[in-house]
Amino acid sequence: MRRLTYIAAALIAAIALLVPVLNLWVPPDSPFHVPDYLVPLLGKYLCFAILALALDLAWGYCGILSLGHGAFFALGGYAMGMYLMRQIGTRGVYAHPVLPDFMVFLNWKELPWYWYGFDMFWFAAIMVMLVPGLLAFVFGWFAFRSRVTGVYLSIITQALTYALLLAFFRNDMGFGGNNGLTDFKDILGFNIQAQSTRAVLFAVTALILAGFLLMLQYVVMSRLGKVMVAVRDAESRTRFIGYRVEHVKLFAFTLSAVMAGIAGALYVPQVGIINPGEFSPANSIEIVIWTAVGGRGTLVGPIIGALAVNSGKSYFTAAFPDMWLLVLGALFVCVTLFLPKGIVGTLAEWMAKRPAKKTHVPATAPATEAAQ
Amino acid sequence: MRRLIAAFLILIFASTAAVADLRESVNALGKVKLDGLEEAIKTLAAQPGEVPAKVLGALGEGDLYVRKSDGLVVIAEEAGGAFNLTDPVSGEELGQAAKSDVSRIRINNALRRVIRAAAGGSALASPDAAKRLEAAQAVFKSRDAAALPALDEALAKETDPQVKSALELARASALLASSATDEVKEAAIATLAATGSRDVLPILSTTAEGSGPAALAAQQAISEIETTLAYWSMAQNVWFGISLGSVLLLAAIGLAITFGVMGVINMAHGEMVMLGAYTTFVVQEVIRTSFPGLFDWSLLIALPLAFLVAALMGILIERIVIRPLYGRPLETLLATWGVSLILQQAIRMIFGPTNREVGNPSWASGAFEIGQMSITYNRLWLVLFSLAVFAGLYLLLNKTSFGLQLRAVTQNRRMASAIGIKTPWVGALTFAVRSGIAGIAGVGLSQIDNVSPDLGQSYIIDSFMVVVFGGVGNLWGTLVAAMTLGIVNKFLEPFAGAVLAKILVLVFIILFIQKRPRGLFALKGRFVDA
Amino acid sequence: MSAQDSLLYLDGITVSFDGFKALNSLSLIVGEGEMRAIIGPNGAGKTTMMDVITGKTRPDAGEAIFGASVNLLTLDEADIARLGIGRKFQRPSVFESHSVWDNIELALAGNRGVIESLFHKLAASEKARIEEVLETVGLTSEAGKLAAFLSHGQKQWLEIGMLLAQEPRLLLVDEPVAGMTDDETAQTAQLLKRIAKEKAVVVVEHDMSFVRELDVKVTVLHEGSVLAEGTLDAVSAEPRVIEVYLGR
Repeated sequence: MRRLTYIAAALIAAIALLVPVLNLWVPPDSPFHVPDYLVPLLGKYLCFAILALALDLAWGYCGILSLGHGAFFALGGYAMGMYLMRQIGTRGVYAHPVLPDFMVFLNWKELPWYWYGFDMFWFAAIMVMLVPGLLAFVFGWFAFRSRVTGVYLSIITQALTYALLLAFFRNDMGFGGNNGLTDFKDILGFNIQAQSTRAVLFAVTALILAGFLLMLQYVVMSRLGKVMVAVRDAESRTRFIGYRVEHVKLFAFTLSAVMAGIAGALYVPQVGIINPGEFSPANSIEIVIWTAVGGRGTLVGPIIGALAVNSGKSYFTAAFPDMWLLVLGALFVCVTLFLPKGIVGTLAEWMAKRPAKKTHVPATAPATEAAQ
Repeated sequence: MRRLIAAFLILIFASTAAVADLRESVNALGKVKLDGLEEAIKTLAAQPGEVPAKVLGALGEGDLYVRKSDGLVVIAEEAGGAFNLTDPVSGEELGQAAKSDVSRIRINNALRRVIRAAAGGSALASPDAAKRLEAAQAVFKSRDAAALPALDEALAKETDPQVKSALELARASALLASSATDEVKEAAIATLAATGSRDVLPILSTTAEGSGPAALAAQQAISEIETTLAYWSMAQNVWFGISLGSVLLLAAIGLAITFGVMGVINMAHGEMVMLGAYTTFVVQEVIRTSFPGLFDWSLLIALPLAFLVAALMGILIERIVIRPLYGRPLETLLATWGVSLILQQAIRMIFGPTNREVGNPSWASGAFEIGQMSITYNRLWLVLFSLAVFAGLYLLLNKTSFGLQLRAVTQNRRMASAIGIKTPWVGALTFAVRSGIAGIAGVGLSQIDNVSPDLGQSYIIDSFMVVVFGGVGNLWGTLVAAMTLGIVNKFLEPFAGAVLAKILVLVFIILFIQKRPRGLFALKGRFVDA
Repeated sequence: MSAQDSLLYLDGITVSFDGFKALNSLSLIVGEGEMRAIIGPNGAGKTTMMDVITGKTRPDAGEAIFGASVNLLTLDEADIARLGIGRKFQRPSVFESHSVWDNIELALAGNRGVIESLFHKLAASEKARIEEVLETVGLTSEAGKLAAFLSHGQKQWLEIGMLLAQEPRLLLVDEPVAGMTDDETAQTAQLLKRIAKEKAVVVVEHDMSFVRELDVKVTVLHEGSVLAEGTLDAVSAEPRVIEVYLGR
């Protein structure tokens, strides 16, 4: 499993370099050229992969089935979107130096206090992590402390994202209401529409994904990672041997939310818009199916799942638009019924069984395993 | 016989005389100058019948003209540069006339008031009770002291109780505008205040602005009425809350029992509601095209069908998805979500993505009023319907052996199967019943909501909140939770707005579940966590 | 004996569920290093008593003092476990997707904080301790196996091993031999007796021959309170105990 993670991380890092090179420096008539439209599309998939990986930490390893992870993703996206909005400056339709277009349109006179600071990238970058992290921390602190678990927790997380959905639809929230934030011009001074900017954004996304993969590899192999799995499988046993289950869960949930926020922040400049639709409960539950298809409780699985399901979605919505929801629905049913461990989990199980049948030796000595 | 003839002759004579008088007083309008017009108007208004009201109405609108050739007063309607003339007394068409052939009877604002009061006074004598009621209400609004004699006369003759009370109110309002004594005015204020209605407030507040005992009495009456109105508006909110609560109850009640029995969350629950609503739509379509006479029965016909359709779908889901996943609630949640996507899309492909029209039968349309509250029939029926479903389910669970087994399974599945209850069978049947209930909930909801493929989706989160709030496997909990959430929502709405109210309720539940993770009416004991 | 010189001191503990009294003014004292068997018919309140001691259930009344001064009723499960009270459940509860080795490692005494766990490196002394525990419960040869693949009896031992690794001062053991073969039962009795040399152990059990084998002071619970206390022979002779057990 560990080898697989390293291979995957190396592969993603290679793609981070390869795709921009093949897009920018290989002539368009070459068979190796990556067309322009594909770069942000692949970048979007990689953001989803980060999101699925984040959910996997909470669900696959710690047993917290969050049906509201889209909320953290969207909050990260909004934080980035606010930065991008303020970069527009006087180039907006109303050419107001400070206020974004939608505020001028709503006849607002002043920037709301929570928009302060978003003209600086570093501030926005901190908010991208802080806002989802803080929400997850506070929410998790309440929920885990009072031992809200299982389907109850899932439903409550769904209610959370639903409440945010309703809130962000309101114009007077100051986040652009229905339309959200869009019409971005540039990021850190680079034109956001330029192919080179898009290539760099793609590369950054891929490298962050690879970095997260390695980070989570460390986390899940640590004793804390084992405690997470212990919490997932036998929560009260873990508590009775003296672990603060709520702290462990809070760690997994908050870290996961921060990762989701970063995924959202990377997503927004690449697709060029963030709107309240990202908060819809259906979006959040779709993340769950990416993770389930790939294999929860494995690190490579969610990435494969996110890429596979989203490629499938792109194909179906273009070729057979009516069929996509049927396929997605069937995917939910079939994966849970026939492939509960997902693609990677099932393969791993299959690989693990084969040599065991032949040689029948006891598994590796614990001393060597513990030494790592 | 002779007497009869005499009576007949008298009648003819009297009516011709009356017509002659009428004609004279109508034509008088055209003869007098502006300062004599008020007197002429009052004379005309004192004439019996409906003609005076019609003429005065036309005068007020500026449609009353004098024909220059013979001085006849006519009602003229402009039509392409010329006028179509009508004789107001006989109602006879008099053909067209050029603009120069007629001259308009001019009035001013002071006269307009006189006309309004006079027209009211005249209509007060109308033989038609509805017209009299209308006139009384008009006088009530115009607050014209000049109408007092007409009102007194009308009151003396009036027999219809509804009109009589309207007349009394009109008289009271007219009295307040008159120069009557304080005692009389105070009595009038008391009459007005007794209605407790919003409509008397402007009248009272005019009086309250003055000074003296009448003003004081009016101020007091206003504050009393406002208090009463506040109670009524609270009652109205409670009613809205109850009706929202019964919607929630209908949507959630099935969910509560399966969640309890199987620990299973069925995300396709909302789609069962949707199927019920579409069944209603199909039933109504068939009735509309083939048996239009049965339309009032459509909902009653739809009820068993919706139950059947949803229950069959429920059994199908139970066999294919739920049963293989027993004991894995999170997986069940995901799989049933998939089912809900499939059902929604299937319905979208069959019936189209847009809203479908489901009509209200005659007994479920319209509204009635209790005091200052307005209650629509469809909501009323929905509330009664949801309570009936609740009662039925309650009896099923508590008075039948199936219910006993079901409760046993809810509390301890392992033990229940050990004492010989066929838990899978109970599970399947519960699922069927529950889905069926969702289906008939759909019939009810089709009366107040749009029937569209995502009908179910809009209820699912709310119903889960009800279940979470009320506690699992407890019908009373579900009832109390649904009604509480409904009423709280409606009370928050006026000052927080509908969206914010919903958000507040969600936040409240998220906080509530911290204190009571198992809901309001949770089962207690050791087995809960086991 | 008073709260001062006892290890576990329960007094007047009352727990009711919707009017039903699971524990009715229960009092129990366990001394340092003592081994105690608790017997009683179903519903006597044995498991509820353990729930109270380990912080899972809060009693309506009464006091529970551990180690002469610590009030257990203000602490939660994790605090109580860290204090040195280990609990074995009726149904074996181990981490099935971890290896036997990892199960013991997770239970190992030490800092349980989130950050410490994240950066924890297994020290040589800890490794030796894990091996020692595995030896004690006879699972050395199964160390690399996933706990899910152990037999029922092995899971019970693994759970006891986890308790040992916690290095508690008091072990609460709920029906350790339920579902075991006679052979396994005897081994378990030996194991518990060995453990009892160093630690206080409270065993809840139905199996009378197992209790006899333990040969320790017995407390009989009935309807949530103590019915009798003494050697097994002494309590078996008590008419009230006979009545409760045989329904006479």
